[in-house]
Amino acid sequence: MTSALKIDSTPLRLDVEKLRADFPILQQRVNGRPLVYLDNAATTQKPVQVITSQDQYYREYNSNIHRGVHTLSSKATAAFEQARSRVRTFIHAASDKEIIFVRGATEAINLVAQSYGRSRLGQGDEIIISEMEHHSNIVPWQLLCEQTGAILKVIPINDDGELIMDEYAKLLGEKTAMVAVTHISNALGTINPVRQIIEMAHAHAAVVLIDGAQAAPHTGIDVQSLDCDFYVFSGHKLFAPTGIGVLYGRQHLLDSMPPYQGGGDMIRMVSFAKTLYSDLPYKFEAGTPNIAGVIGLGAAIDYLDAIGMDAIAQYEHKLLGYATSAVKAVPGLKIIGTARDKTSILSFTLEGIHPHDLGTILDYDGIAIRTGHHCAMPVMEHFHVPATARASLAFYNTSGEIDYFIQSLHKAREIFR
Amino acid sequence: MTFDLRDLYQEVIVDHNRNPKNFGKMENATRVAEGYNPLCGDKLHLYLKTDNDRIDDVSFDGTGCAISVASASLMTEALKGKTFSEAEQIFRDFHKLVTQDVSLQDSTMQQLGKLAVLAGVREFPTRVKCATLCWHTLHSILEGTETTVSTE
Repeated sequence: MTSALKIDSTPLRLDVEKLRADFPILQQRVNGRPLVYLDNAATTQKPVQVITSQDQYYREYNSNIHRGVHTLSSKATAAFEQARSRVRTFIHAASDKEIIFVRGATEAINLVAQSYGRSRLGQGDEIIISEMEHHSNIVPWQLLCEQTGAILKVIPINDDGELIMDEYAKLLGEKTAMVAVTHISNALGTINPVRQIIEMAHAHAAVVLIDGAQAAPHTGIDVQSLDCDFYVFSGHKLFAPTGIGVLYGRQHLLDSMPPYQGGGDMIRMVSFAKTLYSDLPYKFEAGTPNIAGVIGLGAAIDYLDAIGMDAIAQYEHKLLGYATSAVKAVPGLKIIGTARDKTSILSFTLEGIHPHDLGTILDYDGIAIRTGHHCAMPVMEHFHVPATARASLAFYNTSGEIDYFIQSLHKAREIFR
Repeated sequence: MTFDLRDLYQEVIVDHNRNPKNFGKMENATRVAEGYNPLCGDKLHLYLKTDNDRIDDVSFDGTGCAISVASASLMTEALKGKTFSEAEQIFRDFHKLVTQDVSLQDSTMQQLGKLAVLAGVREFPTRVKCATLCWHTLHSILEGTETTVSTE
């Protein structure tokens, strides 16, 4: 390594080696080499604190919530609701009633599209999304458009992978009913100016949903300060189990929305003549939820709070800077996504080597990256590539791992020379 | 570890990826099919000029990883002049070669010829589809069911 690639000398506030010890999966070898996990934008690894919370729930107090009078049920209910409060404080929502547990960000967006969208939008109403959205923030709106006659509008991006805000301003109008934009792009790493996006939408009385799937693990979130109407994220990208996610919604909006699914736990009284729905948040939580998942999400948030999201963001910012300068020194490498404001994601192509081949070669060295279209085909189209390779970072990654990753890139070039 | 990256990325494969044979659209093709792997976005068109049940000429174009491009390139070389049933037999043998961990008979290996360089793929289960996409596309033509062939 040349000196230009050395990380700057500012002391980092994270004891990464100590934190890594909390992640059992990181201790293993893959193909005979230490695992270097650089696929955190797809899903993150789980600390022992989260894993233990699952084990403990199933061993000690597994039982259904909000139903039984028995001891285990009370214990499970308390743990479940405590996790809801932890989520509320994590994203600075005003009330526990605004925290709806769902399967993930995808389900949260579908819920908003089908419950809010379908009951409010009609022929000719406009929904604004952006060119950099994940398919999960495109397809639910397309379905809604088919159902209601609403029209989808798309904010274009520039060649750095940033939203063109002037074009956004032009799209806004009196027909704009909904704006749904990602906080951080999963394919490019761009951090969008969501505060400004929300303010501009509100000036046109449009309701705003922010997809926080990539943002939640990397930055502190304050839904009240952002003034957003809906905010969604997934637990599994936040060091929590799969199959659990969160929909935050402003209370008055959630109150006015019809239920998304019907079933147990979302009703107050059922008769064949009329059914009364539960209050928030239960109105949107039909059926037995992913209790272990919710408890695991609470444990993950406890874990992150103990480290501090600011410290995490600061460390990851430096690591991304280090990785960015390091890859720039690799001949033929082109970074896709060069926004001024970005985090944790390094999407790239390497001349003469298809990302899929690169993925196999890196895996051989125990390095996990994602290759493909990242469920963001319109982004690939914008940059005229069928696919990219993507290394995505978490706070447990190190500059040493980046060095090793770079070595492996050189090896790939050697094979394809 | 019993396999090496070079078992997968042999020189022949790297060469065929860099300079694929029979690459390009065939203007007077009698049969055309499209193959698509939604997982990685690999896409190819296969063009055949046939005379009754004989393959007189074959070419392909599209984008894909080295395994998929090299496999298609090698396939086109192997197919010229073959009858449909001979082509189907090569496909069956090739499929065995890249999916089954058994040694094939010497006569079969001889039939496969250069295609044998793709044997390393079987050590990389996620890459088998890359090597077989072009063959599945061919199969759809031979069966007369050519629409877009998907590996998923």
